[in-house]
Amino acid sequence: MASDETIDVEIWQGDAGGGDYRAYTVPAQRSQTVLDVVTWVQQNVEPDLTYRFACRVGMCGSCAMNVNGKPRWTCRTHVSNAGDGPLRIAPLRNLPVIKDLVCDMTEFFDKWVGAGGVFKPSATRDDPMPAIDPTMTERAAASEAIECINCAICYSACDAVAQNDAYFGPAALNRSWSLINDVRDAGKTERLTAAAGIGGCFNCHSQQGCASHCPNLLNPTLSIAGLKRAAVKAKVRGEI
Amino acid sequence: MLDVRLYLAQRITALVMAPLVIGHLAVMIYAVQGGLSGAEILSRTQGSVVWALFYGAFVLAAAIHAAIGIRSIAYEVAGVKGLALNVVSLGFGVLLLVMGLRAVAAVVLP
Ligand code: SF4
Ligand code: SF4
Ligand code: FES
Repeated sequence: MASDETIDVEIWQGDAGGGDYRAYTVPAQRSQTVLDVVTWVQQNVEPDLTYRFACRVGMCGSCAMNVNGKPRWTCRTHVSNAGDGPLRIAPLRNLPVIKDLVCDMTEFFDKWVGAGGVFKPSATRDDPMPAIDPTMTERAAASEAIECINCAICYSACDAVAQNDAYFGPAALNRSWSLINDVRDAGKTERLTAAAGIGGCFNCHSQQGCASHCPNLLNPTLSIAGLKRAAVKAKVRGEI
Repeated sequence: MLDVRLYLAQRITALVMAPLVIGHLAVMIYAVQGGLSGAEILSRTQGSVVWALFYGAFVLAAAIHAAIGIRSIAYEVAGVKGLALNVVSLGFGVLLLVMGLRAVAAVVLP
C-alpha cells in the first residue's frame, strides 16, 4: 500500500506479442520524477526492465513513455504532477513495442526523412555564411518550430497517426515547416511535394493533440496549417 | 490519404455549396411565406435553365464533397484501403450524383 513514504506503481512489461502491467511499491522522495521511479524498479526489483533515457534534463527526447494514459517526458515529469491514483506507466502509443517501455522508433524517423526533414544546403562550405535577420517573418516562423527534441510524444498523442499509417505525423511536418522557413535551404519543392502528398499535411484534423502534449510547448498544428497554405499555393501556381 | 488535390476539391466544393444552400433556404422560406402550392412551384421550375443550373451545380458539388469525406471516414475509421477505398468513395459520389440529378430532373424537366 502506498503511504507518505511509498508510491504504488504499475509498469507495463512485454513485447510485440503482448504483455501486462506489474505492480511495485517504490520509496517516495522529494521532487521524484517518473523516470526516477522506473529506474528504482529496474535497479532494485526488476533488473531486466527495459527503458530508454540519456540526458535526464529534457534535452535528448529519449525517455518518453505513456504515464497515466498520456505521453510524457518522464525525466521532467514529477510524480506529484502525473495525475491521481497509482502511477501507470506504459510504452508510447502508435509505435511498435520492442520490449517493456522501449518502442521501435524506425517509422518515426523514416517519416521524418520522408516528409523532407533533412536540410538541403543551397551553398557550400566555401561560400560566405548568409546573414539571417532575426526579425524576418521566415526566421520568426522557424524559431517557433525549431526546439523539437524528437521525443515522439506528439506522434504518440496524434489520433490521425493512430488511424492512418501513411501519415507522417506532427513532428516530421513541424520539422518540414521549420526548414521551409529556412532561407538557406534548397529543398522546398521536394518538401512541399511530400507535404501535399498522400501521407502529408492534409491528413491532419487540426485538433491539437500534438500541441497540447508537446513537452517543449511547440505547436505542430500551427506548422501544419502553414504547410497546408504553402502547399495549396504551390499547387495553384503549378510549382508542385 | 488526403492529398492536395482532394483537399482542394473538398474546399472548393464547400465554397460552391455555401451560397447555394443560403439561396435554397431563402427561396424555400419565401415560397412557404408566400403560400405557393406545389403546382405553382413546379410551374416556375419546369423548363427553367436557371434552376436546373442552380440545383445541378449543388448536386455535383455535394457529390464530390461528400465522397471525399466518406473516403476519409472509410479509411480512418473502418480501415478500408486500396481499390476498395476508391470503390467506396467513387461509388458513394456516383450514387449521390445519380439520386440528386434525378431529383433535379423531376422538378426542372418540362
Ligand atoms: S493537430 Fe494534426 S498532427 Fe496534431 S495531433 Fe491532431 S491530427 Fe495529429
Ligand atoms: S514536436 Fe514536441 S512532442 Fe513532437 S517530437 Fe518534437 S518535442 Fe517531441
Ligand atoms: S532523458 Fe533526455 S529528455 Fe528525458
